[in-house]
Amino acid sequence: MSECSRKCGSTAVLKRPKTGDKLCKECFFEAFENEIHFTITRAKLFRPGSTVAVAASGGKDSTVLAYVLKELNRKYKYNLKFILLSIDEGITGYRDDSLETVKQNRDDYEMPLKIMSYKDLYGWTMDEIVTEIGRKNNCTFCGVFRRQALDRGAHLLKVDYLATGHNADDIAETVLMNILRGDLARLSRCTSIITDSADGIPRVKPLKYAYEKEIVMYAYFKKLVYFSTECIFSPNAYRGHARVLLKDLEKINPSIIMNIIHSGESIKVNETSKMPTLQNCTRCGYVSSQDICKACILLEGLNTGEPKLGIGKSSKVKKSLENRAKTCCGGTSQCNSLSST
Amino acid sequence: MDDLSVTLQFSGGAELLFDNKKLHVVQLKSKEWTIADLLIWIKENLLKERPELFLQDKSVRPGILVLVNDVDWELLNTVNYKIQPNDRIVFISTLHGG
Repeated sequence: MSECSRKCGSTAVLKRPKTGDKLCKECFFEAFENEIHFTITRAKLFRPGSTVAVAASGGKDSTVLAYVLKELNRKYKYNLKFILLSIDEGITGYRDDSLETVKQNRDDYEMPLKIMSYKDLYGWTMDEIVTEIGRKNNCTFCGVFRRQALDRGAHLLKVDYLATGHNADDIAETVLMNILRGDLARLSRCTSIITDSADGIPRVKPLKYAYEKEIVMYAYFKKLVYFSTECIFSPNAYRGHARVLLKDLEKINPSIIMNIIHSGESIKVNETSKMPTLQNCTRCGYVSSQDICKACILLEGLNTGEPKLGIGKSSKVKKSLENRAKTCCGGTSQCNSLSST
Repeated sequence: MDDLSVTLQFSGGAELLFDNKKLHVVQLKSKEWTIADLLIWIKENLLKERPELFLQDKSVRPGILVLVNDVDWELLNTVNYKIQPNDRIVFISTLHGG
């Protein structure tokens, strides 16, 4: 049995991946919470008196995020109000179960809950989309729609911030993926702790420097209830190669995760590289690097029986949109095609 | 010598590889057991599917946390830990999203 590195006299229960410290339960809770408090205050993440929507999936990250934010708000008097914001993608046997966990969070943490559904927002559930497109590419729809659904929810609730549960492992994984894809635009902004969304409601990541291991250990020792089933449409595809690589690297040296984040933060993107400029979608007004945002193109494809329309590189999509313009009415009648808008 | 009784718990999604059963009380025949031995035993006796999602290079797959009697196994010499009677060993997957 090891003693707690903080010399409190208690027995250590875990080895911190970030520092190698051996801590007892109480000292770990304090260290974990204090680091998140430090992240929040150093980045001036929240203005006092604000309302914060916490993007809640029922999973470990968002459950710990909601719990810790409530604790810190009480302890350090942030003077914040919280609302849980959940997205119902319409995946039977997956999201319906995890939403039950979110409802438990609502009761446990005394935060109001707002659920936005794909069906209401887009007219399609993921179950229906998968019937249409099959099990390949369905994650594209889900990812694009979820991101926008959260923004729309935040707008509807008139909150000042949208907080997501992205942790250090997630951010490091995203840095790696953007390097592997050569996506410099995303690489340069993926480590930001605050990003702007379409409606000017900032998205914030208070768990940016919290290791996944510590999040899970925190939930375990605090006995927080969270949901952990794989999405039925992407069994085993949940992380991909970047995640496996990252976890293997972490085993060799846990500080690699923090080093990758640090690298991502410090990289200066070559100014001569071609960078897309952000504008607003001409259809829905959402922030987009194209004239028409990805969600609108995906929806267009679904609604016109051509579900693969928005899949693939944006240059290819542009081409197929141009072809559609040639074949349809060219904007003279109500054909409901993109070319008419 | 009596059999070694240990409680195994799988959570965080790891239970999906064990018929969705989280709690297993098992009797190991008496000898000295390390967690490395136990992992082989689990593979042969409990694991229902896709062993590569649970095991890698004579250990658990990176991203699966292990606790012995609520202590991080990284403080207990990981796979070399010598199992004691009535130990409670918990495996938590961190690899599942929300």
